[in-house]
Amino acid sequence: MQAFLILEDGTVFKGSRIGADRDVISEIVFNTSMAGYPEVLTDPSYEGQSVCMTYPLIGNYGICTDDMESSRPWMDALIVREAARVPSNFRSDMSLLKFMEKYELPGIEGIDTRALTRILRERGTMNGMITSDANYDLQAILPKLKAYTCGKVVEKVSCSEKYTVKGVSDLSENGPLSGRAVFDPDTYHPEDTEEPVKHEKRPSLVRELTGIVPDGKGGTRHLSIALLDVGAKRNIAGSLAARGCDVTVYPALTAAEEILASHPDGIMLSNGPGDPKECTSIIEEVRRMYESDVPIFAICLGHQLMALATGADTHKLKYGHRGGNHPVKDLSTGRVYISSQNHGYVVDTDTLDPSVAVPAFVNVNDGTNEGLRYLKKNVFTVQFHPEACPGPQDSGYLFDRFLENVKSAAGMSGVPEGLSCAAAGK
Amino acid sequence: MPKDTGIRKVMVIGSGPIVIGQAAEFDYAGTQACRALKEEGIEVCLVNSNPATIMTDRDIADEVYIEPLTNEVLEKIIEKEKPDGLLPNMGGQAGLNLGMNLSESGFLDAQGVRLLGANALTIKKAEDRLLFKETMLKIGEPVAPSRVVENVEDGVAFAAQIGYPVVLRPAYTLGGSGGGIAHSVTELRKILENGLRLSRVGQVLVERSIEGWKEIEYEVMRDSAGNCITVCNMENIDPVGVHTGDSIVVAPSQTLSDKEYQMLRTSALNIICELGITGGCNVQFALHPTSFEYCVIEVNPRVSRSSALASKATGYPIAKVAAKIALGYTLDEIKNAITGKTYASFEPALDYCVVKFPRLPFDKFITAKRTLTTQMKATGEVMSICTNFEGAMMKAIRSLEQHVDCLDSYDFSNLSKEELFSRLTVVDDQRIWVIAEALRKGISYGTIHEITMIDEWFIDKLNHLVKIEARLKKGPLTKELLAEAKSCEYPDTVIARLVNRGAAAEAAKAAADDIRAMRLSYGIRASYKMVDTCAAEFEAKTPYFYSVYGENEDEAVEKLTHRKKILVLGSGPIRIGQGIEFDYCSVHATWAFRRAGYETIIINNNPETVSTDFDIADKLYFEPLTPEDVQNVVDIEHPDCAVVQFGGQTAIKLTQDLIKMGVPILGTDAKDVDAAEDREIFDEVLQKCGISRAAGETVFTAEEAKKVANRLGYPVLVRPSYVLGGAGMQIAISDEEIEQFMAIINRYTQEHPILVDKYLMGTETEVDAVCDGENIVIPGVMEHIERSGVHSGDSISVYPARTLSENVRRTIAEYTEKLAKELHVIGLINVQFIAIGEKVYIIEANPRSSRTVPYISKVTGIPIVDLAAKVMMGSKLTDLGYRPGLQPEADYYAIKMPVFSTEKIRDAEVSVGPEMKSTGECLGISKSFDEALYKAFLGAGVVLPKHRQMIITVKDADKGEAIEIGRRFEALGYIIYSTRRTADALKETGVHARQVNRIGQESPTLMDLLLGHKIDLVIDTPTQGRDKNRDGFIIRRTAIETGVYCITSLDTARALVSSLEHASETKNLEIVDIAKL
Repeated sequence: MQAFLILEDGTVFKGSRIGADRDVISEIVFNTSMAGYPEVLTDPSYEGQSVCMTYPLIGNYGICTDDMESSRPWMDALIVREAARVPSNFRSDMSLLKFMEKYELPGIEGIDTRALTRILRERGTMNGMITSDANYDLQAILPKLKAYTCGKVVEKVSCSEKYTVKGVSDLSENGPLSGRAVFDPDTYHPEDTEEPVKHEKRPSLVRELTGIVPDGKGGTRHLSIALLDVGAKRNIAGSLAARGCDVTVYPALTAAEEILASHPDGIMLSNGPGDPKECTSIIEEVRRMYESDVPIFAICLGHQLMALATGADTHKLKYGHRGGNHPVKDLSTGRVYISSQNHGYVVDTDTLDPSVAVPAFVNVNDGTNEGLRYLKKNVFTVQFHPEACPGPQDSGYLFDRFLENVKSAAGMSGVPEGLSCAAAGK
Repeated sequence: MPKDTGIRKVMVIGSGPIVIGQAAEFDYAGTQACRALKEEGIEVCLVNSNPATIMTDRDIADEVYIEPLTNEVLEKIIEKEKPDGLLPNMGGQAGLNLGMNLSESGFLDAQGVRLLGANALTIKKAEDRLLFKETMLKIGEPVAPSRVVENVEDGVAFAAQIGYPVVLRPAYTLGGSGGGIAHSVTELRKILENGLRLSRVGQVLVERSIEGWKEIEYEVMRDSAGNCITVCNMENIDPVGVHTGDSIVVAPSQTLSDKEYQMLRTSALNIICELGITGGCNVQFALHPTSFEYCVIEVNPRVSRSSALASKATGYPIAKVAAKIALGYTLDEIKNAITGKTYASFEPALDYCVVKFPRLPFDKFITAKRTLTTQMKATGEVMSICTNFEGAMMKAIRSLEQHVDCLDSYDFSNLSKEELFSRLTVVDDQRIWVIAEALRKGISYGTIHEITMIDEWFIDKLNHLVKIEARLKKGPLTKELLAEAKSCEYPDTVIARLVNRGAAAEAAKAAADDIRAMRLSYGIRASYKMVDTCAAEFEAKTPYFYSVYGENEDEAVEKLTHRKKILVLGSGPIRIGQGIEFDYCSVHATWAFRRAGYETIIINNNPETVSTDFDIADKLYFEPLTPEDVQNVVDIEHPDCAVVQFGGQTAIKLTQDLIKMGVPILGTDAKDVDAAEDREIFDEVLQKCGISRAAGETVFTAEEAKKVANRLGYPVLVRPSYVLGGAGMQIAISDEEIEQFMAIINRYTQEHPILVDKYLMGTETEVDAVCDGENIVIPGVMEHIERSGVHSGDSISVYPARTLSENVRRTIAEYTEKLAKELHVIGLINVQFIAIGEKVYIIEANPRSSRTVPYISKVTGIPIVDLAAKVMMGSKLTDLGYRPGLQPEADYYAIKMPVFSTEKIRDAEVSVGPEMKSTGECLGISKSFDEALYKAFLGAGVVLPKHRQMIITVKDADKGEAIEIGRRFEALGYIIYSTRRTADALKETGVHARQVNRIGQESPTLMDLLLGHKIDLVIDTPTQGRDKNRDGFIIRRTAIETGVYCITSLDTARALVSSLEHASETKNLEIVDIAKL
């Protein structure tokens, strides 16, 4: 069935309908990740947006439900050059098209996604409509597109009740370190094992249980981390739990008071969708958390909310950063890391109070802010996604840095013996 | 970190002669690195024995040494040039080994030279099997269970422990030489013996087979600050078991989820960090198809064939960035030249699919086994880009120039399902065509996957192509079907052929025009997209294009200019007969036109070459070189003219089509090019010029050929016209052979007649010349050491000619001038002659660039490609400062030595003959002829004497000459072994030959001698008639496979003995900076 993508500036792309046949108006953005579409589909930060994947062949390995970053897709529609008919991967549970049908997600394929991307790059992110109606009336539609705004996105994607994610007690509960099965030829005898060891669990980078600490009674305990879900990807809690932390996930509109009353060892603010400035009441609560002296680590929207809560401003980027190849420089070390990114807004560093916060990370490509270090509090925040999924895992070390902060705040440090991976290397 | 100011002068090592496993990619990398160094104001001193390279040009490096790549020679050059640093990781395995030797011996330290971009420990950790494994285990990266063995019995014992099949990988060899997979103890013994012999250090890794796993590669960059990125990952369509150089490869990976992608990416980063590499590195993984289990296969701590491919596939210039890192820069300080905005510290995002296809030489080696193994056999490769996999695949197939353009190009329709099942188990160059037939016959994806282990995603895509093929055959040809076929890159000719099945060739050709007209009427046309490293996220500056169908916008149209434009057609994949020389010519021509103010546009499909670097021409179209693909570019660009002289036969073949498109051809007129190829017209030209040639005629059938041969008298030379490298050329001595050879030539429909000439024996000579229509400049006369009958590309070539009389040289110059004028040559011409006494006969004239152009340009200092380009633009040679005619001879000798890769092609004939077999060349240059010869042999890897034992077996006709050669070797202290008849002949004249038995007789036989590793050299001249089972064939194969130098022409043998006789004088080799000649 044919379908049309109509942009706010009057550009019309003709393609074919995939997924649910439903007209949809939303903001149109592009993502340059070459793999990882299941994670993109289920990333709550895309609420209120239709996502164009710049890689032309999408759906090649189907959908593995284990890769979903939340319970369902949140984006308004998916825009691709070519959706795979026959997926191929040992973990594939269903094809992309089945998935879209299952979750009634509309989409369009067969359009020149590069042309669309160039338009968004040149003219900036804009609204658009996907419709199957060949008799669309451009004159009637364009004003609607221009007027469209999507509000209250955070409330939509956040969990409705708080829940907990238990931290692991042993590294072996995680997936393989990175899918490895190490052979020592001198001890390896084929007669012992018919087949090589196979790992079906998704690989985890975690090499040390930095979230388990001495309990002061000769035993150990799991650090408790409160995660404010303003649209959290599953792997934020997952990254903490894999390090041994018990994570309590709170709905976006939870009062700071409630969270602080539970006496968490640390607080995390998650990623999430939309314009941070719309989250006025959440910003107020974040301010209270800031003032609490509990160590805080924030990602993406959480990073922006913290900046707004402490007096800085944010602004919208022309076409945002969405993909898995953005270089960010850690200003304290000069090291550059390739990061996973998904944001349309950015903290305006000119508006920072230098006595409150200073830039900690900068984007090497365009010089925009990628992270802040707060001087008066045990708080640091990043614009990019150390939890990856999809994208590079290079900045996963930031979770460890956060847990170090948590521990030093509580006067603890180091990892109890026996909780680090023997093969940890560096 | 800013640039290290302590480095002012850097020595770069090239990779030496082109051999299978080490080809043009290192000229590309080396050239890019040199340019990057010069950009930083560094003085560059270049060493490479290969004269056909661009890196050995005076404008690329400040000092250029075309010298044998040995420790002694490099030490000498370092002592003379005193560089601050040595960059060893641009010259492939050869360069890396040399760099390591010099470092380990302490020479570099003693000279105060820093090893840049690598250190000896890094190289060792990556290259030494045991150390590598230990390093991997230390950081928890998995490797397949393996053990390094130094003798066969240890290998057998270990294999018994880990179970068959096992993979065997000799340490320190190129392209997996001598490796293989053994399924039984018999196979193991055979491969292991050979591998131990070929390994530089006598070590072979025996390893559990991971055959059938997905083979995934990552290209990684790291700087001295520890920042690292992956440039790109690549998925081999052929699973583990086929050398990646012989695999069909796709970029980026298609069947990996983000979890697998990132798992391997993280592993690759961990590895490069642990090894401490600064620069580029390639990591190969085997990934279990149904779990997260993986193994690290190997790491190449240098630029490689894969890094060249990754550079072209992404636009990220790996060699350039690696060179800058070597100077101390960090990734975030190096600008991305494509966008001009971003930095080298980012990972390219592709918004297209890239397919690489190997160019295998089985059309040249028709006796060879076509199976693909862990031993690389491809001589070159093509790359293609499209927004879908099907389109990229179809473009790659037709780029091969191997008479294939679609998935029905090999006909397996006669095979039953059962036969197909067994055929599918064969891993060879035709496998995807077999899969296509299996799909036509309805064999399931699952079954095909089980047999081939190729991922079902790829099989599904092949099936899409097969389905389109079926729909085209069935009809009707609707607009939708046509659009779909074009979006999957079905060429018009194939669509016409499928739609008009059974139509005659002519009708099908006309039908292709109809298809084109039809699709244009529907608005179905190619448009162009850019390779920009960033999936359009940033604006790109460099116009590097690929075509697609069915898209909205055309970025090539947006970048159109109103400048005067010239189209330069490249030479496609590297193959035997059409090598890197033609890329040299294309690049130099492009530079010449660029300097003259033209906008230059290159079309080419070879990812290994300099010509497809993004900043060589003003615009690069990475496209197949077929008439339709060229037409699409012409339709957009409307170039003012085109040049075809420089791109070898690939470009010449497109002449008529370009004329039809209305593009004027610069230089020699097409009808004059034809005149040189057309037997009858050329005879008229020769008659007018008063030049003689061997008697001969043109034929089409074997019957006609036999008649002509009998009239002329045997032996005769049989060859097709319009080919390069003597493809299909043979010397026939009987009617039977004529039948045999004609059958081979006529495997493919010949558009042009076949030539049958009387075979003349004499001295072959060759000239390259530039003609402006009035005057001609001949840089020099080259003379071949081997007598006529050996292809010029396989002959040792001497400049200046040494045995020719003044009179003969004058005649050659005079004939060349007459011919050039009669053929109205504007630009280059190559003419080959045979001199018999004082009489000169012409063999052939080719009004275009030739294999010897780079060689003669470098050794005479006359930039003939540049001159040719200038005269094509209307300049006169005299105005350019050249005195017409044959130029004065140099006062040194420059000898070009062919280099062969036949040891890598199982069952390929080794002996030289009229059909070219060499893959590369090296140069020996010296004031003394013998020293030049010695250097040339040394450059080709012939290091003698070792054991001073040799085998001579020659055919009866050669026995007389063999005696003299035998005597001279004996005088050098050689012990000669021969079979009875050669031994008798030698003994009769007082040469002490020891008689050994022929193969199959009782021990000791020739085989025992060869396998006993005590032989330096085999001289074996083949008897006529090619038969795989003849003793000679087996001896020659055994010799080269065990690393014994094998000579099949007595002229070569004489040259060798002569160079050895003077070896004592040449102990102290003199090194020559050709930039200062």
